[in-house]
Amino acid sequence: MTTRDTDWDGVRLHVVTGKGGTGKTTVAAALALALATAGRKVLLIEVEGRQGIARLFDCPPLPYQERKVAIGLGAEGAGQGGDVYALAVDPEGALLDYLEMFYNLRRTGKALTRLGVVDFATTIAPGLSDVLVTGKATEATRRREGSRGSAHVYNAVVMDAPPTGRISRFLDVSTEVSGLAKVGPIRTHADTVARVIRSPQTAVHFVTTLEEMPVQETLDGLAELRELTGDAIRAGGIIINMARPALLDPASLAAAASGSLDVTELAVGLKAAGISDNHGLAADLMTELRDHALQVALQDREREELLTAGQPHYELPMIPDGIDLAGLYQLAATLRKQGAA
Amino acid sequence: MTAKPVRLDMDRIIDDRRTRIIVCCGSGGVGKTTAAAAIGLRAAERGRQACVLTVDPARRLAQSMGLTSLDNTPRRVDGVQAVNGGSLHAMMLDMKRTFDEIVEAHADPDRAAQILANPFYQSLSSSFAGTQEYMAMEKLGQLRHAEEWDLIVVDTPPSRSALDFLDAPQRLGRFLDGRLIRLLAVPAKTGMSAMRVLNAGFAIMTGALTKILGTQVLKDAQTFVTALDTMFGGFRERAETTYRLLQTPGTAFLVIAAPEPDALREASYFVERLDAERMPLAGLILNRVHTSPAGRLSAARSLAAAETLEMQDRPDAPATEGQRYSIAAAALRIHAERMQLNKRERRLAEHFTSAHPTIPVAEVDAQPEDVHDLAGLRVIGSILSKQGA
Repeated sequence: MTTRDTDWDGVRLHVVTGKGGTGKTTVAAALALALATAGRKVLLIEVEGRQGIARLFDCPPLPYQERKVAIGLGAEGAGQGGDVYALAVDPEGALLDYLEMFYNLRRTGKALTRLGVVDFATTIAPGLSDVLVTGKATEATRRREGSRGSAHVYNAVVMDAPPTGRISRFLDVSTEVSGLAKVGPIRTHADTVARVIRSPQTAVHFVTTLEEMPVQETLDGLAELRELTGDAIRAGGIIINMARPALLDPASLAAAASGSLDVTELAVGLKAAGISDNHGLAADLMTELRDHALQVALQDREREELLTAGQPHYELPMIPDGIDLAGLYQLAATLRKQGAA
Repeated sequence: MTAKPVRLDMDRIIDDRRTRIIVCCGSGGVGKTTAAAAIGLRAAERGRQACVLTVDPARRLAQSMGLTSLDNTPRRVDGVQAVNGGSLHAMMLDMKRTFDEIVEAHADPDRAAQILANPFYQSLSSSFAGTQEYMAMEKLGQLRHAEEWDLIVVDTPPSRSALDFLDAPQRLGRFLDGRLIRLLAVPAKTGMSAMRVLNAGFAIMTGALTKILGTQVLKDAQTFVTALDTMFGGFRERAETTYRLLQTPGTAFLVIAAPEPDALREASYFVERLDAERMPLAGLILNRVHTSPAGRLSAARSLAAAETLEMQDRPDAPATEGQRYSIAAAALRIHAERMQLNKRERRLAEHFTSAHPTIPVAEVDAQPEDVHDLAGLRVIGSILSKQGA
């Protein structure tokens, strides 16, 4: 087996977005682990200055520098995977980088920072800072070991991007900038960035939970992406996070939801397990069973609504103990099993 | 050993006529909008003339409050069971429109048109990360000034960090009053001769800016800054007036969080920040808490019992018995999971309360379904107030 079939073969820049609270950073990290099979190198980029990646991988705050944070998820029963690097990009660092890379102007860049130019540029025109940040991600995506035609440094880049409400604007850099700059170097730069983002090499994945608002935002986000960019930016998968699996068959769930399950029957079942029904324990457990059934029903409705978008979807379970490193690998394995990586 | 938090008495805050502003803040996705709407509704139904200023409500919740369009003016909410002259209005913030209105109110028509058409203004007014926060503050100031409502409940913009709400207006104000803006405005105002007296860094700076941005962008920026210069001299002052309003005792800050590490970390930062700024903090609302009516049965015991049942599940057993056992086993597993979650959430909440033992806390149970009507809001409101009892 030399190549595995995944849903996103050919995609090298994975942009991960999602509403706040849906676990976007966690999913981005799990995706990076899943993509880093043996011999591959994956870069995980954070753009919002939250140091969420450092917390997840339990390492010191990330500087504006690519460093190795983890070993990827190995193939099942076949040792360890490749390398996962991480980088925290901020507009200021990206600007200095840009000045150095294209104009060899690092020192001037520092002077500009002192004068508040960076603050100025990123405040007055958020489009500019978006270009700088996405520019760094696309640069890492395109970077090669040596001359043209040599291997890429990173097999894949995963970007923990801004939330769903802002993602289309964030990615639609050339339009953002063209309002401000018709010509000039930043425009040229924006166009280069846009070419990568608008190529089949880039896909935008949406992370959501099975709740009303995140689902609505996901659908709105997908629609906005299509509308703003006319399908030029490829919509990726919908990654459902923190799903609670149904613990009962559909018929019993329906009965539990409508309140028609018999409490005395439940009490008999409990007794068989050595638990007596004192102080109305069975009735209390029945209440929880009903909550569970209602939640499963809500999840089913929301899932159905999500599927109307027609995008491939993946489903990650809720991990009741909270996310630690082991939990991340577990999510990575689930993503890989479902074909996301 | 666990620190027992003081309970937040929401009704006391609502019923105190001196409370004029309630600010709901917290990181994104913790249920700020729902909390703000629930508090507004409860206040109206307890006799206050309340206005809820919301930023980004879920569609169905917005519809239930009669907010079908973003029209930037408070609309009366129907279906409120108001007593003693209470009423509820609600509005969704349109940040660009609020900004446009400020421009139109403070500049003559020609200049206003010039500003509104400038690409920098358009970029700033529709996408600057702090504009929404600034405009929420501005709108709050306007609503408060209108004296039509005796209680305004504000839902702060969804942002990465809860602190943005406090910082962004000042950042915008500082930016518009900033040194660089002054520098950029100089050539247009006094001509190039004045530039020679400025420090030598300026030449390097404009050189580099031209290199990065191009001449056209720099020119547009200068035009924009010059146009704004006259009318926005007091921009920072406006931000500071609203800021001071928030420091008065008539304001009550509520920090909203979910029992998640990130949300509670943000809540901690915010609480400390409010304290440093002498802003009146009323308490913490801990949303979406998982409790169990059967807390006397531990997760471990419940799980063990479920396993016992599952092992007894023989294929030759009568069908009814199998069914009975599988339902009981599922109930026990569901309970065990809930207890596990509850334990984790308790620990997280205790982290917060041991660090901030004097801050009153109200907990709201996770609802099995989303809140999207007044009845649902009423339930949240009553849960919030039960805490004081």
